[in-house]
Amino acid sequence: MKVTNPTKITVKDFNFYYGTAKVLHGITLDVPERQVTALIGPSGCGKSTFVRSINRMNDIIPDAHGEGTVLIDGKNVYGKETDVVELRRRVGMVFQKSNPFPKSIYDNVAYGLRINGTKNKRDLDETVEKSLTRAALWDEVKDRLHASAFALSGGQQQRLCIARALAIDPEILLMDEPASALDPIATTKIEELIYELKSNYTIVIVTHNMQQAARVSDRTAFFMLGKLVEYGDTKTIFMNPREKMTEDYVTGRFG
Amino acid sequence: MQRHFDRDIEEIKQLMLRMGGMVEQQMIESVRALMDRDTDLAQHVIDRDRDIDQMELTIDQKTIELMATMQPAASDLRFVATIMKITPELERIADLAQDVCERAIELNREPQLKPISQLPLLAENAQRMVREALDSFVRGDAELARSVIRRDDVVDQLTEDSFRSLLTYMLENPRNIASAIRLTFIGKYFERMADNATNICEMVVYLVEGKMIKHSPMQ
Repeated sequence: MKVTNPTKITVKDFNFYYGTAKVLHGITLDVPERQVTALIGPSGCGKSTFVRSINRMNDIIPDAHGEGTVLIDGKNVYGKETDVVELRRRVGMVFQKSNPFPKSIYDNVAYGLRINGTKNKRDLDETVEKSLTRAALWDEVKDRLHASAFALSGGQQQRLCIARALAIDPEILLMDEPASALDPIATTKIEELIYELKSNYTIVIVTHNMQQAARVSDRTAFFMLGKLVEYGDTKTIFMNPREKMTEDYVTGRFG
Repeated sequence: MQRHFDRDIEEIKQLMLRMGGMVEQQMIESVRALMDRDTDLAQHVIDRDRDIDQMELTIDQKTIELMATMQPAASDLRFVATIMKITPELERIADLAQDVCERAIELNREPQLKPISQLPLLAENAQRMVREALDSFVRGDAELARSVIRRDDVVDQLTEDSFRSLLTYMLENPRNIASAIRLTFIGKYFERMADNATNICEMVVYLVEGKMIKHSPMQ
């Protein structure tokens, strides 16, 4: 196993409830820094709930609450002193469906900086270019930065959302099915991008596409019915998993 | 849940077994051709090698198709990898049976040497190893595979013993040298077949347990 990187996110005995329904049961796992950790499992297994617990996106759901420990760099995400806005700046998120703002390409990427108070045009220009370059989109849009974001293709919109997340300089990127609505070419671009980004960011990706998990991730966690069944080196999960349930899932024997 | 993939795997498994059966038959008949000095039978074995080559191509093709279309994982992946590694071993065993027959035909053109006891024993051991290697694959029996691997030392010893006996014949009478050298080759062929059986068994352990034991001293 190549878990040589230090731990970025520590999750310990974490439970989560929607009302009285318990949807995550005692999840314990460590996410290594600057690696890609994939979460796989059938629909409804809790992987999205889990990933949304890391940046407290679940806070906005009424009647939902978590218990247990989620630490980032050793600091409790659910602690009283945690500033949720600051937390979400550090932990960026990309969703299944690209969701650009009804603004220009430029303004989408600059948005986070502007609301954080950056007004200097040079600073904005610089960050917009840097973020779009990191998201492998710059060359495709540099001549039409002020065109509407909606004029972009689905794959480009998704990379724009990644650029927007990168603009505020996060440490962690959470990706919830970032390529499931994209064609194979756009998917390949996103996967290549994930591979590039991991040298600077800690990435947690939820995916239904097991081959994608196998291709992009260093570590894979298999969730089932709200429980973490197996967590390990991606190669082990796909070549020789320890648990029968994991074996059945990755070979499609499930059911 | 029964998967389309399971049918493909079963089909490849059946092809492998048919190939295994053909290879075993080649081994048996090559030994008989040698012992009975039966040139016709030897020629028959040589001619039939083409069928086995064809079988190898068919299995390769089907396995590659399976990889391309099904993207196998976990035990499926190990199965596919095992097939890709085992098929050439079987094909190689058949080639060696063909080599035995070629030497047998040459021997039949020369006066018969007095028989040496180790060679039939060597052939019998190699045959058994190949048969049990195939059994271990079919049954997914890593224990049997390991026991076959351990027996390779016996075959190595028998090869050495038969070589020493043949060396004695050569020293006794230089006119024995040509035949004795051919028989030495044959001993080596059987020893190689046992090695191929060992390789198959190493892959069976990988298939069943996910452990790669080849080149490791602690098999």
